[in-house]
Amino acid sequence: MISVDIEKKLKTYQGEQLLKINRQFPPGSITKICGPSGAGKTTFLKIVAGFIKPEKGTITAENVTWLDTGSNIFLSPQKRMAGFVFQDYALFPNMTLQQHLEYATNDTAWIKRLLSIGKLDNLVTHKPQYLSGGQQQRLAILRALAIKPKLLLMDEPFSAIDQKMKTALINNLKIVFDELGATVLIVSHNPQELEGLPGEEINIHY
Amino acid sequence: MDVTPIWLTLKLAGITSVLLLAIGLPVAWWLSKGRSFFKIIIEAIITMPLVLPPSVLGFYLLLAFSPQHGIGKWLQHNFNIRFVFSFEGLVLASVIYSMPFMIGPIKSALQQLPLSLSQASYSLGKTRWQTFVKVLIPNIRPSLLTAVVLTFAHTLGEFGVVLMIGGNIPGVTRVASIAVYDSVEEMDYSSANTYSFILFAITFILVTGVFIFNKYQLKSPLE
Repeated sequence: MISVDIEKKLKTYQGEQLLKINRQFPPGSITKICGPSGAGKTTFLKIVAGFIKPEKGTITAENVTWLDTGSNIFLSPQKRMAGFVFQDYALFPNMTLQQHLEYATNDTAWIKRLLSIGKLDNLVTHKPQYLSGGQQQRLAILRALAIKPKLLLMDEPFSAIDQKMKTALINNLKIVFDELGATVLIVSHNPQELEGLPGEEINIHY
Repeated sequence: MDVTPIWLTLKLAGITSVLLLAIGLPVAWWLSKGRSFFKIIIEAIITMPLVLPPSVLGFYLLLAFSPQHGIGKWLQHNFNIRFVFSFEGLVLASVIYSMPFMIGPIKSALQQLPLSLSQASYSLGKTRWQTFVKVLIPNIRPSLLTAVVLTFAHTLGEFGVVLMIGGNIPGVTRVASIAVYDSVEEMDYSSANTYSFILFAITFILVTGVFIFNKYQLKSPLE
């Protein structure tokens, strides 16, 4: 169980807004987080991953405290090991597709399986700049899954993937999520984009 | 023509570039992350040689490392190290004088990398050091090369600061730029021309090489 109770001030064009979230995410659940641009969806994911500190709050995962501003506890992203799919993909320009996955894990069988899920087997020697937007986004998803995370945070993960590929990918991802027992938080500004994925939908707005 | 000044210049530029690469990488990384008043002051000090007359910097180094007082006296007394009128002094002055040429390009390149690159690496469980070595440094390679070549080329052309702290001792501190000045003073225009042409040619080849390398880097789709 992941419990989040945080408050973070956001600077928006409408002035300062307060992002306030108090929720629990059961193990193995999928939660779709929607809301308008600038509502704080990405900030929320980054707070959970440990990239941003909120002004106030607590985060616990499986009885381990990741964050407690009252007690000055802050677990680093390296220790949280939450898989993260970035909105801008954040692929490493110096690494080939294969090297991205090898950087994350030594498990060659798992890498082979991921490549097959993402249908990227024949592009392993290519660097990101020579992949299409959809291929880059699939690589970003595979890299996050490579560490077999118990918590997966996905920021607009299907925005560049065509409908046919997305349907196939989502079906495969559902199987992988079940196998890993991963709790998944998926952010999207467009709820239709997440059609085909089970799970609860929550809205963030100010 | 005596080739010792050319050899001495290349030796000085090579040692300075290697030392500055070792110092510049961590300093540039530290400076690229966040802003604080302390960092602004440090950055201003590092940038000073760009705007300060070289003779001023040389004068202060001469005072600081004079064996008669202060640090210079202490170094000479305890470690038998003498920076004034020695090759070691030239290296020290060159490291200080060329520092902005090494740190500036590396810092800018690191700042231009998206923050999400480091964050992605951290989320895979990688330490800051692993991220620096495996992700950040490889992705600023062209800037790294530019910084090294700029430092090397800038050291080749040093004159004022080198003359102040090193003087003009043949075989020890008489580098090519000083040899050019000396030759002109002695009306030996032929030697001055040879030294000048060699310095010009080396610098031109280095800078052109960097441009070609950086262009080629952008064209390589596969390993």
